[in-house]
Amino acid sequence: MTGIHKRFGAVQANADVHLSVAEGTVHGIVGENGAGKSTLMSVLYGFYSCDSGSIQVSGKPATIRNSHEAIALGIGMVHQHFMLVDTLSALENVMLGAEPHVLLHKAEAQVRGKLAGLMESTGLRVDLDALVADLSVGDRQRLEILKTLYRGARILILDEPTAVLTPQETEQLFGVLALLRDNGTTILLITHKLKEVMRLCDFVTVMRGGRVVQEVAIADTSIESLAEAMVGRKVQMGRQGEATQAPGAVLLKTRGVVVRDVLQVVRLHGLDIELRAGEIVGIAGVSGNGQSEVLEVLSGLLAPSGGAMEVGGASFHAGAWLDPRKARALGVAHVPEDRHERAMVMSFQAWESAVLGYQWLASYCRQGWMDHSHMVGATVDMMDRFDVRPRNAHLMSASFSGGNQQKLVLARELGQAPTVLLVGQPTRGVDIGAIEFIYSQLRSMRDAGCAVLVVSSELDEILALADRVIVMNQGRISGELPIAECTEARLGMLMIGGAA
Amino acid sequence: MNAGLPRWADLFLLPAVNLAVALMAAGVMVALVGQDPAEVIQVLIRGAFGSQRGLSYTLYYATTFIFTGLAVSVAFHAGLFNIGGEGQAILGGLGAGLVALWFSSFLPAWVMLPLMLLAGALFGMAWAAVPGYLQAYRGSHIVITTIMFNFLASSLLVYLLVNHMKVPGSMAVESAPFAESAKLPRMHEFLAGMGVQWSASPLNTSLFLALLAALCVYLLLWHTRAGYNLRATGSSASAAAYAGINPKHQVIMAMGVSGALAGMVGMNEIAGVTGRLMLEYVSGAGFTGIAVALMGRNHPVGIVVASILFGALFQGGAEVSFDVKGFSRDMVVMLQGFIVLFSGAMAYVLAPGMARLLAAMRSKPRGAVHG
Repeated sequence: MTGIHKRFGAVQANADVHLSVAEGTVHGIVGENGAGKSTLMSVLYGFYSCDSGSIQVSGKPATIRNSHEAIALGIGMVHQHFMLVDTLSALENVMLGAEPHVLLHKAEAQVRGKLAGLMESTGLRVDLDALVADLSVGDRQRLEILKTLYRGARILILDEPTAVLTPQETEQLFGVLALLRDNGTTILLITHKLKEVMRLCDFVTVMRGGRVVQEVAIADTSIESLAEAMVGRKVQMGRQGEATQAPGAVLLKTRGVVVRDVLQVVRLHGLDIELRAGEIVGIAGVSGNGQSEVLEVLSGLLAPSGGAMEVGGASFHAGAWLDPRKARALGVAHVPEDRHERAMVMSFQAWESAVLGYQWLASYCRQGWMDHSHMVGATVDMMDRFDVRPRNAHLMSASFSGGNQQKLVLARELGQAPTVLLVGQPTRGVDIGAIEFIYSQLRSMRDAGCAVLVVSSELDEILALADRVIVMNQGRISGELPIAECTEARLGMLMIGGAA
Repeated sequence: MNAGLPRWADLFLLPAVNLAVALMAAGVMVALVGQDPAEVIQVLIRGAFGSQRGLSYTLYYATTFIFTGLAVSVAFHAGLFNIGGEGQAILGGLGAGLVALWFSSFLPAWVMLPLMLLAGALFGMAWAAVPGYLQAYRGSHIVITTIMFNFLASSLLVYLLVNHMKVPGSMAVESAPFAESAKLPRMHEFLAGMGVQWSASPLNTSLFLALLAALCVYLLLWHTRAGYNLRATGSSASAAAYAGINPKHQVIMAMGVSGALAGMVGMNEIAGVTGRLMLEYVSGAGFTGIAVALMGRNHPVGIVVASILFGALFQGGAEVSFDVKGFSRDMVVMLQGFIVLFSGAMAYVLAPGMARLLAAMRSKPRGAVHG
């Protein structure tokens, strides 16, 4: 790809980007959110057309106007969110849209034969007759890769492939990718996990602000220098010191909390949890094992069908649970996992989102009339303290980048001096520069005597933040370790329900 | 709503362009049936604004549209599509009419008229709250239930008028007339009281009530916590729940306010004009309110402007069908249809193209510098 330019309105998403990938290598593309990695890959895969620039595939100039043309050129993409139909079998998903015969049973037989060969040569094994809905996340990802290979992909683009995998599944995936490379497949790996880049890639391209800032062989670089190139300055990641004090009084305590979903499936089997002052508790686990339910039930968004909770001097039990308004009044602040669905109203101006949940505060509203100037003033304050950019309280919430949205949400939730702070995915979709800042804010809340609970699907994040780690598997706590005893391997075993 | 367009373009340019396109499309149709579009538009504008009488009729129609347009917009801000303005207006008129029939013979106007307003609003509110409840707690879709409630309302009105309220021995399906205390002053009477000569028309002082309602809706939505909660629910129910707002309560409240606004139509039509209960006093205004709200971008100011436009279409259209040979009332309905189509249903069809055009116009000077 040579001289790729792409502009969206006022934003130059890609500026004069050159990328050359040697055949049969694994090439990493790293960069912060908004650095232009996804745009570049979308240009390559035909989702967008570039404003100027050219693409060559295997030495021949190519125009790629849509994903069909990309597939025809042997380019395949595995998206972060899988593009599979849950109610069809694995086999049907592979041939969907590429049926080799008008009669289904004949088509199935042909596809099955071809896939058997592919599975043999690549080691990607999936039960072809299982419904996708019944497959594990790792299986679904293998199926996605099989699907692209079946369509003749020789260049494979993987977008954040390990975001949903356990450490063990990640290992497996990397084994497969290494084998594919040795068989001559070219792999483009988009990621923000530098450790994985160092492990798997042969070359890496670092992007920042829509430009390529570095392109090096892995042998010639290190995690630190890649991080520096991504952010443009030195970054201090990982742990900084141990807890300054022994944990204090229990501020929140649950006993036997049971949560069922609308289909009466049990999502939490009797949760017992204690949060203490001056301690960060991390909940680790593969997404969807009950961590989200923990946050929602503790913050009052979800009413449990059994169990009890004590917080802020009040006690609650199933049937008379607290609601989010009550929870805030008792000093429980909640930074939700899903910024777009919960933490902000995207079509509201920034100041309207910055008072969300606190509109009952007497200082914001008198006798039901909103004090606009006070709310805007408070928002400008929050933006100053947490360095939210741009500093415009009247801009639409959706117009801020993920990192700045998250900083505004944190400023709001930390601003009312909570005693219990529940945080879901504190840095999802947030760039490295902001991650550092968010971590330091959470640590200073702990040091100020707040009980902090962090739920994260990033193991590194749990390891960097928590003083005590709880691992969840299938709605149960499968283990609890002080941070000193945590290793990735032990946590990984607990995450899949094994013994540590 | 539209990320690609600057705010001023979204609020003013786009509606104006949509209106122009609608008029052009209608002009083509007019030309196709052998009439002169220029002449038709001239007659229409003169009919709607060219005389005191025409202007009064325009504003009289607009009054009703302001009420129903506001009703649609309040529900819309809570994320609900209230198609039931028609039925809620019918019930509101019924409420106002019933208290007038019962009490107007002995209550003075200063008690009677607020009582009619209150009864109309309450009837409309109750009629809208039922679909609201069904949506919030029983999962019945509000669009379906409000449409059904329109049929129920008009059947109920017919039943009551024919079987219970019709004056015995009369052929007309209408109630007995109210006493004078249940009639709102007409605008020409009101202005005469202030020493201004104005020609007689159905336009009455409920216009002020409509403008006051628009102001109240603006304050409610953007200056009170109740409005904040309502808009939060409409934009993202999950975020509202996170903020401690009960979305179910918001649905019922929004529908209640919406129904109350629609219910006030009776003040214009019943207390202001007919002075008795009869059939067809809403005559589609509930549906026109949807178009008005869409065109007015669900903002009270936009709704007042759009209401005047639609009032002018009704009044000017009547003049056109009267003055221009071979131009039937149906052609006017077609013109209204085009405006609803282009300003309402297809409001954002032209937006992407316009955004690109504006972006190109802005970047051109910069390009010149480079070149």
